[in-house]
Amino acid sequence: MVLDKITPYKDASSYNNFYEFGTDKSDPAANAHTLKTTPWTVEVEGLVKKPGKFALEDLLKLSPMEERIYRLRCVEGWSMVIPWIGYSLSALIRKVEPLGNAKYVEFVSLADPKTMPFVGSRVLDWPYVEGLRMDEAMHPLTLLAFGMYGEVLPNQSGAPVRTVVPWKYGFKSGKSIVKIRFVEKQPGTAWNKAAANEYGFYSNVNPNVDHPRWSQATERRIGEDGLFAKKRKTLMFNGYEPQVGQLYAGMDLKKNY
Amino acid sequence: MQFVINRELASKGFKPVWFVLSLLPVAWLVLRAVTDQLGANPAEALIRATGDWTLRALCIVLAVTPVRTVWGLAPLAKVRRMAGLFVYFYAALHLLAYAWFDMGFEVTDIAKDIAKRPFILVGFASFALLTPLALTSFHRAIKALGASRWQALHKLVYVIAGLSILHFFWMRAGKNNFGEVAVYAGVLGALLLWRLRRYWLNRKRLL
Repeated sequence: MVLDKITPYKDASSYNNFYEFGTDKSDPAANAHTLKTTPWTVEVEGLVKKPGKFALEDLLKLSPMEERIYRLRCVEGWSMVIPWIGYSLSALIRKVEPLGNAKYVEFVSLADPKTMPFVGSRVLDWPYVEGLRMDEAMHPLTLLAFGMYGEVLPNQSGAPVRTVVPWKYGFKSGKSIVKIRFVEKQPGTAWNKAAANEYGFYSNVNPNVDHPRWSQATERRIGEDGLFAKKRKTLMFNGYEPQVGQLYAGMDLKKNY
Repeated sequence: MQFVINRELASKGFKPVWFVLSLLPVAWLVLRAVTDQLGANPAEALIRATGDWTLRALCIVLAVTPVRTVWGLAPLAKVRRMAGLFVYFYAALHLLAYAWFDMGFEVTDIAKDIAKRPFILVGFASFALLTPLALTSFHRAIKALGASRWQALHKLVYVIAGLSILHFFWMRAGKNNFGEVAVYAGVLGALLLWRLRRYWLNRKRLL
């Protein structure tokens, strides 16, 4: 699917943004061991015919697991290539039968101050909430992931269950998800609420729309581009334009950043 | 005790020791870079570490006179110029690391980045203001300028300290992470307050 070289596991599991465990890239790997991932349930609620609580074991069996190698582009200007394990989120969505007026899907991450030392810091509103438009959530590329590199997710990468939306900046993919809510109105998402002029709801990877404080035209591939290598060009929709471009046909992507 | 310290500070070896100590951070960074110990993003690690050491060097040079005066360590004056030049050294490394590792020496990209990001502009301004101070740190420059003009020029260091804190503050603002910023601001603020107090006391004495 992707010819890019896979990022070393060591880098992918030691250089993370997961603010519930601290704002430094090395904090999640150092602190996330306190996260308790069993037992784990994901509550599905809102505008669906079949709401309910899914035990992790049931989610694992809901659809066959696949390995998907995706590029991951962080809004900060670096990228990785990660072999995820999971299945299309659409499998779960079909199962719960959204109602006609369900236009958006909201993903709520765990916010447990006892096991997540930085929940309660003023950086963001907790819990961390992310959201997708229904057609984005239903897109086959959108992954509900449980593992990476052939193993279960390490805690710092969002164990035990997370989303992966490879054509959007990394923060759009919620980690350690405990609730999936189907709603009619565009949900308020964590970074959008913190700085709406910097982080839009869509946050599609787009080299032509700069972050107000820095350029998004290039990126550094972690573990591959050496110290003296030039940064590589960022691709439209992180290289997934053929697959997802039509979702945004006719939309002004400068306005809907 | 003070006598013992002063004897050591006055000895011939003190300046070379200070010089070597001041080079240890960059030596440590180079060693970690060549042995691949800088983590997943070595470029970012080098840019940030050289910035941290610039701030630390700034705190050190501004602490020389207060420490010398308060504890009566007169020979410390010998290393003030070198301490100041090390601020410039680490600031230059910081700028070099940014221009090289982050911008690939693309001059137009750097110019655009300075215009686009206020925190880059402030950091760049801080470095630009440091340059005349480094260039006039030699005896002949002091003589040519005259002591009072030289002193007035070198008061720029307080502007530089303020801009450096602002640079660091804005850089950390993206994550609302101001703990370390407060520490550096506190140290530099305390050193400035000490000087204001001394100035005020001296003026009272003159009146």
